[in-house]
Amino acid sequence: MLLSLKNLSRTFGTTRAVADVSLDVNQGAFFGLLGPSGCGKTTTLRMIAGLERPDAGTILFQNEDITNLPPERRGFGMVFQNYALFPHLNVFENVAFGLRARHKTKAEMNERVNSALELVQLPGYGKRAVDELSGGQQQRVAIARAIAIEPVLLLFDEPLSNLDVSLREETRSELRELVTRLGLTAVYVTHDQEEAFALCDRISVMVGGRLMQTGRPRELYEQPSEISVASFLGRNNLIKAMRLSSSKTSGGEFKTLDGGHTLRLPVKHEDLAPLNKPVYLAIRPEHVQLSTNNNGAQNSLPANIRDIVFAGATSMVRVDANGLLLEALVLRTDGLEINQPCHVILPPDHLTLLKN
Amino acid sequence: MTTDKPKKKIRVHPWRSVALLILTIAVLLYGVIYPNLSVVITSFQRAGSWTLANYREILSQRSVIEAIVSSLGLSVGTVLLCAIVGVPLAFLFERFTFPGRRLFAALAALPLVLPPLVGTVAFIFLCGESGILAHGIQNLFGLANPPWRLRGWPALLLFHTYTMYPFFYVLTGAGLRRIDASLAEAARSLGASGITVLRRVLLPQLTPSLVAAALLTFMTSMASFSAPLLFGGDVRVLTLEIFTARQRGDAVMAVTETVILAIISLGALIVFQRYEGTRRFAAAALKGAPRRRVNIASGTARVIATIAAVVFALVLVLPVATLFLVSFAQEGSWTTQTLPAAYTFANYERIFGDAYAAEVFFNSLTMSAIAAVAALLWSFCVVTLLRRGKERRLVDEGWRRLLSLLVLIPWALPGTVVAVSVAEAYGGPSMLLGSFVLVGTFWILPVVYFLRFMPLVVRAVQASMEQLDPTLEEAAGSLGARAWQRFTRVTLPLVWPGAIAGTLLAFVIALGEYVASVLVFVPSNRPISIAIASELRDFNLGAAAAYGVDLIVIISISMMIAGRLERLRS
Repeated sequence: MLLSLKNLSRTFGTTRAVADVSLDVNQGAFFGLLGPSGCGKTTTLRMIAGLERPDAGTILFQNEDITNLPPERRGFGMVFQNYALFPHLNVFENVAFGLRARHKTKAEMNERVNSALELVQLPGYGKRAVDELSGGQQQRVAIARAIAIEPVLLLFDEPLSNLDVSLREETRSELRELVTRLGLTAVYVTHDQEEAFALCDRISVMVGGRLMQTGRPRELYEQPSEISVASFLGRNNLIKAMRLSSSKTSGGEFKTLDGGHTLRLPVKHEDLAPLNKPVYLAIRPEHVQLSTNNNGAQNSLPANIRDIVFAGATSMVRVDANGLLLEALVLRTDGLEINQPCHVILPPDHLTLLKN
Repeated sequence: MTTDKPKKKIRVHPWRSVALLILTIAVLLYGVIYPNLSVVITSFQRAGSWTLANYREILSQRSVIEAIVSSLGLSVGTVLLCAIVGVPLAFLFERFTFPGRRLFAALAALPLVLPPLVGTVAFIFLCGESGILAHGIQNLFGLANPPWRLRGWPALLLFHTYTMYPFFYVLTGAGLRRIDASLAEAARSLGASGITVLRRVLLPQLTPSLVAAALLTFMTSMASFSAPLLFGGDVRVLTLEIFTARQRGDAVMAVTETVILAIISLGALIVFQRYEGTRRFAAAALKGAPRRRVNIASGTARVIATIAAVVFALVLVLPVATLFLVSFAQEGSWTTQTLPAAYTFANYERIFGDAYAAEVFFNSLTMSAIAAVAALLWSFCVVTLLRRGKERRLVDEGWRRLLSLLVLIPWALPGTVVAVSVAEAYGGPSMLLGSFVLVGTFWILPVVYFLRFMPLVVRAVQASMEQLDPTLEEAAGSLGARAWQRFTRVTLPLVWPGAIAGTLLAFVIALGEYVASVLVFVPSNRPISIAIASELRDFNLGAAAAYGVDLIVIISISMMIAGRLERLRS
């Protein structure tokens, strides 16, 4: 284990910015901290960097307690959201900053700065003033500066949020490639789920200072375990329901509170909720199927089409199943019309029972 | 999940912060807390026991009550007059454009940089009963006596308005520039007339600026000393009463009156700031439309505005120009003529040729430089402590507020109070300095200058530090730079223009300092202001003017450098 956070907490005034966060980052991982703004992800990153002291908990790096180690002795590279380039230094001096602090020889410094600038595709930019550079170039200088000190761990605080959309996607893939090529470990903070999915191989979702779920991107998307994760990661139909009967083998029977439909889905025995407590079921709009006739599929509910919203490659169809409102993502809307009766099918495999 | 025990725990001791804390507290203890406390204690003691007798005795004297009433009356009157002059000028010059606008705008703050004593002297040469204006009218109409005497209330109010109206002009102008023009546009689109916009949109938003200007004017007027001394006539103000009590050797009276003056000044500060706090509006963070100055195109209005600009510019320049003229006047040649009759370089030759006179410059420059540099170094300590204390949670919010307050106290106190309290605390063997007596040594003036003007430098350094993006230092830290490297390689290169500009300001104000100097100066170490006052007393008008002109030249050069640095910063 390269980095371990154990029960980290940090309070600002009366708000608990980070509450009891524990996570592990493996050597070579590209680890994402994902969550809405104000969820405590940046504070967590700053505690890893040493810029913020936790009120409680420990940070282990290579099995050493670094909780109280000042940032300058941690040797982690950090890329700031606003890049934090030194305005009084040129590109070369910005990249060389960490090397000077380490009293490297001139030759070594030249070599490392130039190779860092080459890695971020800015060779020959050393003499430029940082305010002459475009946003994308400044961002690269910030990355070059962080990797020039040859850190074991790289920390990113929403580094792409100040770039425009097309540049962001381009930089994203370059960044991923660079980190892999140098064999670095990265912790990457972002509120953009698409960015996190594209970059990270493991992601922790934070909401309200708490760590909700950690897993691979696909796992989080398809099997969210919490309502907050399900609603934060993409569009999701959340269905309030009550459990009907205890399941014998691997199924659960639920009655929806809106519409009173009966839904069946496979549920692990230990996840079963008590009978009298309402729970949430989730299903992604792209998994909701529409059919003009009842073909006898499981969880097929009679419904009415309320609205069809064209969104380019796909369309979003809103249906009303006797008071239960659902969204379905469809590729083609041929034959579908507003107010048309239809059947909406919620395949049991794609229905998830959420923890409250 | 790893279950291994952590190998070791590294803890960093914040010894640097502790050192800063000790240094800061020591300076505040020696410079602010102890002197002020000792003044208060002395005022409540008689023959070693606690008593209110001093206050009872002093407050039963008619002259003291008169001085308190005069000081308050003069200050309130000054605030009103300065507002009446400064606010409309700010509107005129901030909102409209016309020929001559720039000329006035460039000169508007001139009275602020004039040392009060030099301003007073220049004013006497221009408006005094034997000054250029009075002589001019007398000679023009063949009058037997001067048409007026520069004495008493009208003279004081006129001079105070001339020197302090820039507080209102500058702050109102800055306030107007901050107001988002789209607010006025929105009000107009909702059907408000021009007057309604002024009353319901502009003025409420200007209130913080107006309150701040009123506070500055009030405090400056309460502290005013040179003008009441030189042409106050029968008007006895508190600063003057304290000065004469000390000259008489009546230490108890001086100290008790000092406490009364301090209470009035601090009380005003608290009242004004409380009011300001209730009227502060959170500026909407959205991007607004910048307001453009309206060009006055109509013929008559344009002519009137232009004439006003030129006249006001002349009014601003005339005293300085007079001083310049008189500095070349042959001693004794200017009696009843409108302008001095004969001109010479002798005054300057005397100042620079005479070792005794030249020494005065050296003294002032050295002492002001010592005070300013000390203030700069100390400001970095205080500001770093306040910032780092917050980060490391070493100094909690309450203590930080107390520290900031203690730093600002000498700024809020009139120079007379600062000088008297230091003289009282260190005029004999003291608890903190043992048998070392500060009063009477070379160091008394640098110490007093430091105390009076270090709040200015602290604020300048603080402002520069606040502009500094905190992530820059964090980035430096994450790149491996230690605290000292972060300071020298990131913080200092970015904040020094602002810090040096503040230091220069403190330096030039100290150069012309008179109020406190006159109370504690050492004859072997006279500053320029004392030399000017003694030349004036000996009727060496030309020499007094020449000293003043030299001072203005040094100040102008310093301010130009400060202005350059200020631009460099932004």
